[in-house]
Amino acid sequence: MINILKIVAQRIALGLLTLFAISLLITFGVELLPGDLAESILGQGATPETVKVFRTELGLDKPAHLRYLSWLAGMATGDMGVSLANKREISELIGLRLSNTIFLGSFAATIAVPLALFLGILAALYRNTLYDRAVNTFTLTSISFPEFFVAYILILFFAIKLSWFPGISNVSRDLPLGDKLYRTILPAATLTLVVVAHMMRMTRAAIINLLSSPFIEMARLKGIRPMKIIMRHALPNALAPIVNVIALNLAYLVVGVVIVEVVFVYPGLGQLMVDSVSKRDIPVVQACSMIFATVYILLNLSADIISIVTNPRLLHPR
Amino acid sequence: MDYKINKIKEQLMSGSITRREFAQRLMVLGIAGSSAGTLLTWADKAQAGAKRGGRLRAGIAHGSTTDSLDPGTYENGFMSKINYAIQNHLGEVDHTGSMSPELAESWDPQNGAKTWVFNLRKGVEFHNGKSLDSDDVIASFQHHMGETKSPAKSLLKQVSSIRKDGKYTVVFELTGGNADFPFVASDYHIAIKPSKGGKIDPTDGIGTGPYVLNKLEMGVRFFGKRNPNYFKADRGWFNELEMLSIVDPTARSNALATGEVDVIDRVDLKTAHLLARKSGIKVEETTGTKHYTFPMRTDTAPFDDNNVRLALKHAVNRDEIVEKVLFGHGVVGNDHPIAPSNPFHAASLEQRTYDPDKARFYAKKAGGVKVKLSAADAAFPGAVDAAVLYREHAAAAGIDIEVVREPSDGYWSNVWMKKPWGACYWGGRPTEDWMFSTAYMGGASWNDTFWKNDRFDKLLIEARAETNQNKRREMYFEMQQIVRDKGGVVVPMFANYVFGTTDKIAHGTMAGNWDMDGDKFHERWWYS
Repeated sequence: MINILKIVAQRIALGLLTLFAISLLITFGVELLPGDLAESILGQGATPETVKVFRTELGLDKPAHLRYLSWLAGMATGDMGVSLANKREISELIGLRLSNTIFLGSFAATIAVPLALFLGILAALYRNTLYDRAVNTFTLTSISFPEFFVAYILILFFAIKLSWFPGISNVSRDLPLGDKLYRTILPAATLTLVVVAHMMRMTRAAIINLLSSPFIEMARLKGIRPMKIIMRHALPNALAPIVNVIALNLAYLVVGVVIVEVVFVYPGLGQLMVDSVSKRDIPVVQACSMIFATVYILLNLSADIISIVTNPRLLHPR
Repeated sequence: MDYKINKIKEQLMSGSITRREFAQRLMVLGIAGSSAGTLLTWADKAQAGAKRGGRLRAGIAHGSTTDSLDPGTYENGFMSKINYAIQNHLGEVDHTGSMSPELAESWDPQNGAKTWVFNLRKGVEFHNGKSLDSDDVIASFQHHMGETKSPAKSLLKQVSSIRKDGKYTVVFELTGGNADFPFVASDYHIAIKPSKGGKIDPTDGIGTGPYVLNKLEMGVRFFGKRNPNYFKADRGWFNELEMLSIVDPTARSNALATGEVDVIDRVDLKTAHLLARKSGIKVEETTGTKHYTFPMRTDTAPFDDNNVRLALKHAVNRDEIVEKVLFGHGVVGNDHPIAPSNPFHAASLEQRTYDPDKARFYAKKAGGVKVKLSAADAAFPGAVDAAVLYREHAAAAGIDIEVVREPSDGYWSNVWMKKPWGACYWGGRPTEDWMFSTAYMGGASWNDTFWKNDRFDKLLIEARAETNQNKRREMYFEMQQIVRDKGGVVVPMFANYVFGTTDKIAHGTMAGNWDMDGDKFHERWWYS
């Protein structure tokens, strides 16, 4: 047990180091982009005088490394700072969008993960049959299409032709859960179609890989039904690679869904990030990237821990 | 005097004169600005049949999480519509393009239009209960003067002082006579907000407007409830207003088509005819002052040679660009920024047409023309397509244009007013003086052609203070001619505002100064 804790502690320390490196990269990356917040916000209204006043107001006339250090100091105490564009508390700005993004991600995940596992196990069971080939073709096709294309097709059929679901996800804080779920069915379906293929194929491959092992042969000789062989003997051993793929896709559901957010007009974190980058609102960009990086690190950490826990050889190393 | 006014009223009612002539004849009698506006509103029967009720849901093409309620930062359509929903200004542009009283019930020029006295409406309340008085107006103006980041600063440089003359009167002293000052004082940035100790709180969202701000998620959603104390009895018909920011054009059309929203702006021109075909949907347009331009830097070779500029001006097929880029939703431009809807538009100035022979002639005089045109869709939708078409038209005249596609991100910082030849758009201004002063006066901060013409500048100052309408018309005619023939800008087209509504939305005659009835659709339209 102590081993697990040691491993977790190590990983968290590495995670913090990664976060620090990412913050440096992002800050200086955005600094390199031409223009700055004052010019971007004022747009066509930017004259040298108005830009200068705006810059002084925001403290943008201080050099980049000084601003970075004061931001870092703030982050260490949990103060994400204030958006340069409209002076609102970033924690408040991000709070709502983050909860929206996690809501959509969880919704998509609760559909996609069980579906992918189910399809993958069946595909492994009935490998090389028509069912297997059909499922593979369909999921590979859906992952190959660009997301916005999948989104538009779903909107065309389900929102416009059949009018079953709304075409845009007009979600606000005070809606009851049922309403929220109803309005986000189409974006969740889009995301599901995009991530299922990866998880399903990995499940199938990992299980089939194990089917030539001696212990599976033993189980078959004992006369155990094929489904039981897969569920009780193959799957637990195949969990390590499957969990890693699931973690990767879950992270994508939080971090990579800007396009779906734009098409469905869903107020999530991705859209906030894109807006902030194009306006060079550096504190918001930094805060968003910290959150995205943390999500990735935590999910990878959980995947690693589950892999270790399910593998007695790693759990009790000699 | 009264019988003269009555005679003119009769002429208007019988239709023997147009509304513009009505206003002009009143001006000859010495009745300028607001009083004429009041008489016009009296004669206006467009609001017949308006009724209260309902929630208006609008899908708007702009809106970003980085927007702010500070009036000095309003730079996109979403904030503009919020501006007019929660706040008012001293005056407003009505459907004839003239100034109509809003928070100021009348205004008088004195001293050769160098002093302007604005009389405020009494009994107007802000959403927080405070009554409107001169202090609020002065504080609202001062937010945009002095050390400020507001773009209205350069506009207000002409104001040398503001003072109050009693609780409901504000006096402006200008640095020079300006017959159009009421338009300037009603610029969209200068929203009138409540003053606390001589200053306004720019982001409090409080104003005198038809809707009270209830919920606002920047870049996502605005929700407002009708202001029960709104001072205009015949405006603000909806009980609730919901505006959603829907940037993706397909999502916006879908939202209208599936009934998620009742009105949308910026209908995608490529599919506008398909949207109009759908039952229950109307696609409407207004022609205003919005125009698209290709400004050349007249301070940079080869554009400093007027032969080059004339060659390029003759080398573009304006009709084809209106047809292919605007899909017919617009009119051709004549290389100056004054629209047919502006009062002193030079309708009789010969319309420049596509003439490869003339272009070739000027190019030869200049010793050959080989130039680069920088374009991005950030300049205006279809800018890159228009540039490519331009290249083809010019090739037929032996002129070589290389189209450089610039990134949209950072376009206004890196390309506009930096590269020698680029693309740009202008919402336009309600008066000639304002448009010319903003972008064509020598040394103006937005003079993107870096052009200076002494005769033009001289006429600009003279015309500004000129109260004789005929003399003014002549001066503006000459100025439009100078810009057309000597200026550095190619103005191929004026673009219409195209927006969509469901069949249940009704409106009177619409203003063309901004999108969707001057961005005041929420107070002027109603459910039929």
